[in-house]
Amino acid sequence: MKALRWIGQFVVIAALFAGVAALSDWPRYSQIPKDAGVVMLSFVHGADRKGECRRLTPEEIAKLPPNMRRVQDCPRGRRAVYVELDVDGRSAYRADLPPTGIAGDGPSRVYQRFVLPAGRHDVAVRMRDSARADGFDHESRKSVELMPDQMLVIDYRPENGSFIFR
Amino acid sequence: MNPIRKVLRAGFELIERPFDRLFGPALNPVAQLGALGFFFFWIVAVSGIYLFIFFDTGIERAYQSVEYISRDQWFHAGVMRSFHRYASDLMVVMVLVHLLREFAYDHYRGVRWFSWFTGLPIIWLLYVSGITGYWLVWDKLAQFVALVSSELLDWLPIFGEPIARNFIATGTLTSRFFSLMVFMHVAVPLFLLFIMWVHILRISRPKVNPPRMLALMSLAALLAVSIWKPALSQGPADLARVPNGIGLDWFYLPLYPLTELWGNGSVWAFLTAFSLMIALMPWLPPLRRARAAEVDLEHCNGCARCAEDCPYEAIKMVRRTDDLPFPTEAEVNPSLCVSCGICVGSCPSSTPFRRTEELKTGIDLPEYSLRQLRERVMDVASGLSGPGRVLVLACEHGGAAGRIGDTVVMPCVAMAPPSLIDFILSRDLADGVVVAGCAESACYNRLGVQWTEQRFAAERDPYLRARVPRERIATVWASALAASKAEAEIVEFAARVAAMPPKRLRSPLPVSSTVPTPKALQTERGTT
Ligand code: HEM
Ligand code: SF4
Ligand code: SF4
Repeated sequence: MKALRWIGQFVVIAALFAGVAALSDWPRYSQIPKDAGVVMLSFVHGADRKGECRRLTPEEIAKLPPNMRRVQDCPRGRRAVYVELDVDGRSAYRADLPPTGIAGDGPSRVYQRFVLPAGRHDVAVRMRDSARADGFDHESRKSVELMPDQMLVIDYRPENGSFIFR
Repeated sequence: MNPIRKVLRAGFELIERPFDRLFGPALNPVAQLGALGFFFFWIVAVSGIYLFIFFDTGIERAYQSVEYISRDQWFHAGVMRSFHRYASDLMVVMVLVHLLREFAYDHYRGVRWFSWFTGLPIIWLLYVSGITGYWLVWDKLAQFVALVSSELLDWLPIFGEPIARNFIATGTLTSRFFSLMVFMHVAVPLFLLFIMWVHILRISRPKVNPPRMLALMSLAALLAVSIWKPALSQGPADLARVPNGIGLDWFYLPLYPLTELWGNGSVWAFLTAFSLMIALMPWLPPLRRARAAEVDLEHCNGCARCAEDCPYEAIKMVRRTDDLPFPTEAEVNPSLCVSCGICVGSCPSSTPFRRTEELKTGIDLPEYSLRQLRERVMDVASGLSGPGRVLVLACEHGGAAGRIGDTVVMPCVAMAPPSLIDFILSRDLADGVVVAGCAESACYNRLGVQWTEQRFAAERDPYLRARVPRERIATVWASALAASKAEAEIVEFAARVAAMPPKRLRSPLPVSSTVPTPKALQTERGTT
């Protein structure tokens, strides 16, 4: 009788534990639909400063404390970066990316995900990071074959001033 | 009762009573949740240390080392991995049920706020531990966890560079963040253990170890489940692909899909609201609290029984402050006292036989004194009639609390000193006494049922005297929602008492004519 009771207790505990174990990786979860991929537009890039730098006169330099002397006076704040993304000729994203940092002197950043059906897509990305009013400073356009579940990242490399797709 | 609490309580009743029957109240897992939490923590700790021997902490080789654990070394390290995962999941389940149960039984307000409040950091630390753990495997699930977690963190205006960029194919996979996770997965659980210790600081005799039989069966069940369904990885992380169709741990990651559904801001808002709610609940609304127990030094001999029995660590024994010849005296900390009266029941000075103008004892409740208790008993007894006069001493939280006529209600049945029952029967105030408290595994004051049973069984001071006829006493353990069960047991007992031959009244105890000094009491105690 006692043994039977123990077996009953064990069965209840094991069943509870099995239920917990089952829920530890089931049901499955999919972030994106089947036969879709992701285009991720993400970069960190600082636009030009808001104003021109000005050469300081020798008198002005002399007036500064010795440890803070410099030859140029530059405004700290940066402009916003303006970016556009087109997919298959239609606009998918356009935004002014404000600079980060309390003084507005940090780089702008973007991190945007676009879920697209798998297959061939025409992707164009353009960006303006200078004082110009229209037109773009950097542009890139590619025809890409998006595989199911592929994550295609569009990044910007300030070193060589160009977009990369990978 | 608050309707949510009522529903929850009914739910617990529904689960707990059958468990009580199958396991017995002592082994009932639902009454051992805190202890099981500690037990699972130790399993996770030991299995974690074991896994660390085989684990490669670099991001490049972490996945391979975990595969080695689960495939090549499945019979020991693989089993340990399953223990590690499933015991962690069981901790979440335990925390959830424990939290709901403490809420359902109203164990979180008043002086009990402390355990509730310290439960909140426990939840956070537990989740951080689990989430960083999933990160370390560096499989597809880990990649998903890394992406979503860093997107969540990036939403907060804290980090300069988005962390999430570490986990997309920018060509610069850095192990910087991974190493931080390895460190966190060791440091955070250690901190969790510390807070778990703080959590039970104010609880006297907390149950931190489950009964051995329950522990053994849990270990065996874990082993069985680990062999039936080993914990496995889900393919190596690939930053060029979306981690799609992965098996989520729904205990640790239920909010992760919600970041997609609601957005990161809403998930943070939800977490903030939840945390605020938990943090404020003990005061929404606050518990009305009766005045704390008070010590009457003239009647305290420093025996320390009250300090032993108080379930809330509210009594300390301190150096004597008067000139009675005892080394110590009891001192109540009013901010910890819930006025349960258990100390009144344990004090040797609590003898209703004492015929003094004002029945006094060593420690007493100002709003419900021993004298008032005796008066109510005599009052109710005078209204009893017929064969089988049964008097019910009921806990205000138990199934008999709502009875009227033959019932004396008190904050906890352990408030009644055993000598009160002797008094009732030997003075022929009733033919039988029912002591009716909460359900055995769910005593509102945690230890009241246990102390009562041990006093009756002469295992704990103060004993119920041997001369008290045991067949005329019944204990009924039933929760507030099981009033009909309590009623049925009382009726059955009353019928049994009615059929008994009349009591042979022995000479009642000699009644001391003067107020006994603790000195006199001390000598009397030797004979009880
Ligand atoms: C790892 C997680 C946790 C562990 C191991 C744990 C452990 C314990 C233990 C051992 C007790 C004493 C039980 C007894 O002996 O009767 C206890 C009581 C309690 N716990 Fe927890 N607990 C955990 C999490 C939580 C959480 C998340 C909450 C709620 C937010 C919570 C609220 C309480 C309350 C209100 C009490 C009752 C205090 C009293 O009766 O005065 N606990 N816990
Ligand atoms: S009334 Fe209860 S909580 Fe207060 S000191 Fe006595 S035993 Fe402790
Ligand atoms: S049980 Fe009574 S006599 Fe003993 S220490 Fe407490 S108050 Fe004093």
